[in-house]
Amino acid sequence: MSTRHVLLGLLAAGPCHGYDLKRQYDARFPQARPLAYGQVYTTLQRLVRDGLAAVEGTDSDGGPERTLYGSTDEGARELARWAGEITAPAPFVTNEIFAKVVVSILVAAAAARTGQGGPDAAAHLRAQRAAHMERMRELTALKAAPGADLSTVLSADYALVHLDADVRWMTTTTARIDTLTAEVHAA
Amino acid sequence: MSPSDEQLFPGETALITARGLKKAYGRTDALRGASLDLHAGEILAVTGTSGSGKSTLLHCLAGIVRPDDGSVTYGGERIDRASEERLGELRRTDFGVVFQFGQLIPELTALDNVALPLLLAGVRRGPAQQRAGEWLERFGVRGQADLRPGEMSGGQSQRVALARALVTGPKAVFADEPTGALDTLAGEQVMTALVHTAREAGTAVLLITHDARTAAYADREVWLRDGVVDPGADAVTVQEAARHEG
Ligand SMILES: Nc1ncnc2c1ncn2[C@@H]1O[C@H](COP(=O)(O)OP(=O)(O)OP(=O)(O)O)[C@@H](O)[C@H]1O
Ligand SMILES: [Mg+2]
Repeated sequence: MSTRHVLLGLLAAGPCHGYDLKRQYDARFPQARPLAYGQVYTTLQRLVRDGLAAVEGTDSDGGPERTLYGSTDEGARELARWAGEITAPAPFVTNEIFAKVVVSILVAAAAARTGQGGPDAAAHLRAQRAAHMERMRELTALKAAPGADLSTVLSADYALVHLDADVRWMTTTTARIDTLTAEVHAA
Repeated sequence: MSPSDEQLFPGETALITARGLKKAYGRTDALRGASLDLHAGEILAVTGTSGSGKSTLLHCLAGIVRPDDGSVTYGGERIDRASEERLGELRRTDFGVVFQFGQLIPELTALDNVALPLLLAGVRRGPAQQRAGEWLERFGVRGQADLRPGEMSGGQSQRVALARALVTGPKAVFADEPTGALDTLAGEQVMTALVHTAREAGTAVLLITHDARTAAYADREVWLRDGVVDPGADAVTVQEAARHEG
């Protein structure tokens, strides 16, 4: 999962400081390892260096001063590119796809507030499914070919069962996208 | 032809064309304007959630159920308007159907169930049984030839039903969850046999399944959503995915 893009996605909702970003990240992606503070700050610094995020000021809230970061226009473009990109259909990419779905929902909500069109998480899942199915057809053709040896069949099977798991997950996620959207908005 | 089909099958004409199919059962709208092309020799997977209208669509295409509205055309002939007699003839000669919940004749053995369509087509008993036996062999159920449906497992019955659907060499086979009762390996053997047979004979197959691994044996897939065919993200988005990979 691309931490850089997910942080950029969290910034789509508005400026935020590092500590809050870490908290949001850990809450939204409970299945991922919690982010280390160090990683949050180095990632933010790189985003600023690359012009994708900018320092928007400081906020002390009674305690120590904290730097507020916000996404730049270029950051928003890069985020849209990443979120719309189909993940290469390889096994174990569900976390990556999940991140894109959640980020799409966040960005769509931010876009809706300013009256703009945003990414469509359900359409993204349909496109991702099509890419997975295309890969599954290739693997199936490989193993169903006359004279395919058992090693080929078994290694194709290994990829197929994992891609199938992704597809099942996408099917149930698609069916529950409205509930997920409500949950992401509420959090 | 919808634009997506034109992209997928340039210059090909459809064997079976369905347009705007509607079918209601009481207050339930099973189909609400479903359109679809099945091309000669193609294997098409139809997926969709439970209750989305897949079986109803298959029944309309195979001339088993008459739609309330819309058209089904087979080789230029309007199936939705054909006489019962003509539909019976088509089902005996041009179409093979595997029903979701089996429809083998309980009093007949597996062998006689498979031989029956041949007998109805006028083949003599000896050759009919000979060919039926070969088809049971293809689907790995020759050993069950003398059993009646009540004495077979669900998976064995499904394989006998497939053999029966294919025995007459139909132009189109309609299979409703044909691997639903099979374990993974048996399901793969059945799909491999079905696909090889269809490719060899140029048979078009409409395959209903909710299992992605089964759908992956098809050339393409379409989705049914609330009684309407979604042309499949396939047509457009696979090209998109290819662009992104590049
Ligand atoms: N003979 C019938 N009488 C009444 N209602 C029916 C009949 N056949 C289908 N339906 C209804 O039409 C809708 C579509 O049913 P259909 O069997 O086509 O769905 P399906 O996609 O094949 O579902 P499944 O995946 O569960 O087999 C359902 O709501 C079902 O209850
Ligand atoms: Mg059904």
